[in-house]
Amino acid sequence: MEQISFLATLSRWTVSELTRYLRQLLEADATLKDVRVQGEISNLSRPSSGHIYFTLKDPGAALRCVIWRTAAARLDLSLQDGLEVEVHGGIGVYEPQGQYQLYVDRVLPVGEGALYQEFLRLKALLEAEGLFDPARKRPLPELPRRIGIVTSPTGAALRDMLDTLRRRYPLADVILAPSPVQGAEAPAGLAAALRDLERLARPDVILLARGGGSIEDLWAFNDERVVRAVAACGCPVITGVGHETDFTLVDFAADRRAPTPTAAAELATPVTRPDLQAYLLDTTTRLAGYVTGIVGKLRSRLDTIDGQLRFHSPLRRLQTEGQRLDDLIRRGDTAQAHRLALARATIQGLKARLGALDPLSVLERGYAVVTRNGKLITSRGQVAQGDDLQVRVRDGQFGVQVNRLEEAG
Amino acid sequence: MSRTTVLKAVQELDYEAAFLELEKVVAALESEQNPLEESLALFERGQALARRCGELLEKAELKVRQLSGDSLQDFEEA
Repeated sequence: MEQISFLATLSRWTVSELTRYLRQLLEADATLKDVRVQGEISNLSRPSSGHIYFTLKDPGAALRCVIWRTAAARLDLSLQDGLEVEVHGGIGVYEPQGQYQLYVDRVLPVGEGALYQEFLRLKALLEAEGLFDPARKRPLPELPRRIGIVTSPTGAALRDMLDTLRRRYPLADVILAPSPVQGAEAPAGLAAALRDLERLARPDVILLARGGGSIEDLWAFNDERVVRAVAACGCPVITGVGHETDFTLVDFAADRRAPTPTAAAELATPVTRPDLQAYLLDTTTRLAGYVTGIVGKLRSRLDTIDGQLRFHSPLRRLQTEGQRLDDLIRRGDTAQAHRLALARATIQGLKARLGALDPLSVLERGYAVVTRNGKLITSRGQVAQGDDLQVRVRDGQFGVQVNRLEEAG
Repeated sequence: MSRTTVLKAVQELDYEAAFLELEKVVAALESEQNPLEESLALFERGQALARRCGELLEKAELKVRQLSGDSLQDFEEA
């Protein structure tokens, strides 16, 4: 007190004068005009004026902060007590209360800001290496025999995926490679699960998935080890990490990115059981159509043969057989079709042989049959001069008399 | 689909194998390049394959196992 009295004798200040002096001193300092400072928000207050007041704290100190209404309107972050932030602004003094404070013009979330920078850095690096090249993307199998899943064995994501696979394509054989999906163990676990799954189970496609969460929760899916394991995988990988709006680096390295685990399971099963059942029905109908056509052809050939058979009375018996076969064909009994083809060949053979034997066919070619009293004359020695003989030709018969016997030759 | 191909009994085929062969049979029948007897044989094979596929589809149940070390174990769903 002694000292202050002494100073006061040199120059007497009013409170206002001193405060203004301090204000000018602080506000003239170039460093204090452009300050970035990190701390936790407390005593947040948002009066109707639209300005925002709070205290920024760390374990050792506190700093009063103000955000004027115009700057507050530009904030893209909702402030709340306890939030760790980095703010930017300039130091000033509020004279009525003799209080120095920070006039804030920008607020950045601390954790997210840093993570996002790391995300961009790694994305650029891996992109430059060609890991995200569209030419690397492989087509997905249409009918996967074996589907690999890398996710947490206890998460809702797994249940969603299994439900989807069971509903759409229960023919698949599913192999789960369990791994933690968040926390310090997750990146190495996910990368190892991908490698083991491929090496030991040889799946046709792998689903790498996790349900929704904060950006920190999903962070393992931005880890370089996991991204590289996805890119190196020998079979197509489908990612389904978080929600629609979440993009992680594994999404860029994957052959396909799905917005959710359920959507990933849907992409892995492009053809569903109802699709296949409809296809089978259609195929069976088409198969039957081909055979109807084939049987139709068989029948028309048989009809032709049938017509030929009618000329030859000894073959009538066989017509009955043909009729029976015809009926069988009409019934479309395909099992009989082979036997039919054989029967048809037999009928053709019989017809040819019988045709050759039929005497009528010989007469057609101009030969005649000679008889005496109904007995066939086949030798010169059977007749004598003056004998009455019968001659049969193609269209009838007539009588002749032997008037001259000649020597053979 | 050549005559000399030794065909497996359909009961030994899994769904994918039966399905792929069925598609080949249909394509071969559609081409109409085969002798009659061969077409009929193809048809019978096609019918058997379609029946097999239908049965497998009907009774299919998702099989879930998990990797544990170097082996596969049944997975108990919660």
